[in-house]
Amino acid sequence: MRLRENAARIRPVIVKEFRQIRRDKVSLAILLLIPAFLMFMIGYALNFDVKHVKLAFYDLDKTSASREFQRTFLNSEYFESAGPLGAYRDIDAMLGSGAARAVIVIPPDFAKDLLADKNVPLQVIIDGADSNTGTIALGYITSVIQTYSSKLTADFLDKNGMLPYQPVELRPNIWYNPELASPKFLVPGFIGFILMLSAVVSTALSVVREKEHGTMEQLTLSPLNTLEIIIGKTVPHLVNSLTSSVFVLLMARWLFGVPIRGEIIWLYSGIMLFLLAALGQGMLISVFANTQEVAFMMSVLSSILPTFLLSGLVFPIKSMPLALQVLSNVTPTKFFIIILRDVMLKGLGPWAFWRELVYLAAFAAVTLGFSAVKMARQRNAA
Amino acid sequence: MGDNRSRVNGARSDYAIEVRGLSKLFGGFTAVDSVNFNVPRGEVFGFLGPNGAGKSTTIRMLCGLVEPTSGTALVDGFDVVADPEAIRTRIGYMSQKFSLYEDLTVEENIRFFGGVYGLSGARVRERLKWVVGMAGLDGKETRLTGTLSGGWRQRLALGCAIIHEPGIVFLDEPTAGVDPVSRRNFWDLIGGLSENGVTTMVTTHYLDEAEYCNNIVMINDGRIMAEGSPKELKERHVSYDLYELLVDDPAKGIDVLRAQPWAKEVSLFGTYLRVGLEDSLGAELVKGALEKNGVAITRMGRVSPSLEDVFIRVLGEEGVR
Repeated sequence: MRLRENAARIRPVIVKEFRQIRRDKVSLAILLLIPAFLMFMIGYALNFDVKHVKLAFYDLDKTSASREFQRTFLNSEYFESAGPLGAYRDIDAMLGSGAARAVIVIPPDFAKDLLADKNVPLQVIIDGADSNTGTIALGYITSVIQTYSSKLTADFLDKNGMLPYQPVELRPNIWYNPELASPKFLVPGFIGFILMLSAVVSTALSVVREKEHGTMEQLTLSPLNTLEIIIGKTVPHLVNSLTSSVFVLLMARWLFGVPIRGEIIWLYSGIMLFLLAALGQGMLISVFANTQEVAFMMSVLSSILPTFLLSGLVFPIKSMPLALQVLSNVTPTKFFIIILRDVMLKGLGPWAFWRELVYLAAFAAVTLGFSAVKMARQRNAA
Repeated sequence: MGDNRSRVNGARSDYAIEVRGLSKLFGGFTAVDSVNFNVPRGEVFGFLGPNGAGKSTTIRMLCGLVEPTSGTALVDGFDVVADPEAIRTRIGYMSQKFSLYEDLTVEENIRFFGGVYGLSGARVRERLKWVVGMAGLDGKETRLTGTLSGGWRQRLALGCAIIHEPGIVFLDEPTAGVDPVSRRNFWDLIGGLSENGVTTMVTTHYLDEAEYCNNIVMINDGRIMAEGSPKELKERHVSYDLYELLVDDPAKGIDVLRAQPWAKEVSLFGTYLRVGLEDSLGAELVKGALEKNGVAITRMGRVSPSLEDVFIRVLGEEGVR
């Protein structure tokens, strides 16, 4: 009976909130489309794959063998030629100007020594200023040289009447993301980031707007209790954010080929709890902020910064100092990203990420509960 | 659920509002200083004072929006601190912000407040008609509230605030920023509520409006300075005969009159000079003084005192004390 009374009072709040959202066409478009647009932008901009590394050769040998060696690099999409070098001092200019990321110096007797079955030392100089690209370029170069080397070893054994033999042979087998394409790893993070931002901002603004216009005071004087106000304001924004999450997921699939291997129901239980957590954060902000400007700033800062820096979206949490690892637990995005990667890439279910689900539920309960208590207190003593 | 709550003194009191020693401190600042008053049922009760006098704070304490620092207040017999929920359904409150949803239509606003107050569908339709008629918004039900002029918004805000037909209505500066015709209409509406037994407590700093009230409390710096009906207040506080005169040089005229020991409360009232004289003194005294100083009088006449005169007088006494 009581529950029916509650529902009867909450209903007009929800209806009113939807009307307001629908009437404000610009905000509605922003709310629904900006997430998809951000997905598009960030997805293409933030790409950790290193391709087309500019590579220069200082060829002192100038034989057909040395030229063939060069071609083994340039035949792949990972390298492109930065042009030949005429003098040793040109290396400095080339790397300094950024015309080349790496330079390989082929020694004078490269072909002759190889034929004589001698060890040939090869100098590789890498621009380490951008350490990430440098590391990856070195990895590529190492693997090309190893392949080249083992082919020569095989030829050598063959020539001496022995079967080609390799003591330990590497046969990599990469799961979940066979091409090691960084979008598949990053996109779940973006989804978290984008949904977080839009959910927090829209909730916080809608409550603070009512404070500014004095309508919150009217609600306070009505028979609505605090929890009814919070539910009435949360439900419409939850529905909105769920809608925009569909757009974002479709975007992730069409543009970046990120699959959803797991069950949709687990994916959406994760999204649902995450959105509730984000709405809770927005609600909490709205309790403290009194103007829309302040609410907007607080929402943007509190959702962007921790999500980018601490959620494991860009920087791996395991390589952070302990204090930051502990601090990383403040952002629900961290746990949401784990759930998304598990469901979308690995096709896992809640047995793998029930802890994260529990955390998100707890985060939502704490923020919404605290907002309710704080709002009730403000109501009776302002 | 409100029916089984009990009033503080059990029986229904003759007073809609009873206030005893009510105070509010904000930090070290005393906004309301031990205020006492009673409002009989069905009365239009005016709460007058300059800005910052403590009017809004008092009314907000009575609505349960602000917690009193000390003292008690009973609204419809319920204690505002102990039983704020019981009060909520019994009162209507409207502030000078006319808090409506500007991006909703007239009808949507009315339906929203009706729904929130738990009115049934049939009841909402009935009240919708009443509010639209009362506010003169026939044919404008689908207009966005934000596009309405101040007077319409004000009357719609009143309609939404009393959608649940409360017995007591609090109006905090309800006529601020509204044109004179709308102000007049609004007071007619308040008069209509009063005829139906609704108690109205209204704050204002327009002293001409206070003439519509049955009883008035004048408040300054959080303390009650005077109270009574408009007639009583005038009789009690304005003991002079008041004259209004039109002169060719008001600036000089004011200086001349202020220099006379017998001239009381000399003030400029629009283009008129106002001066108060003791009963025993005649208007000739004024004429003589002005003419001697070369100020020509175009017109002169006796006027009845207004609440403004009372207020200036009351505040003036305070200043001397």
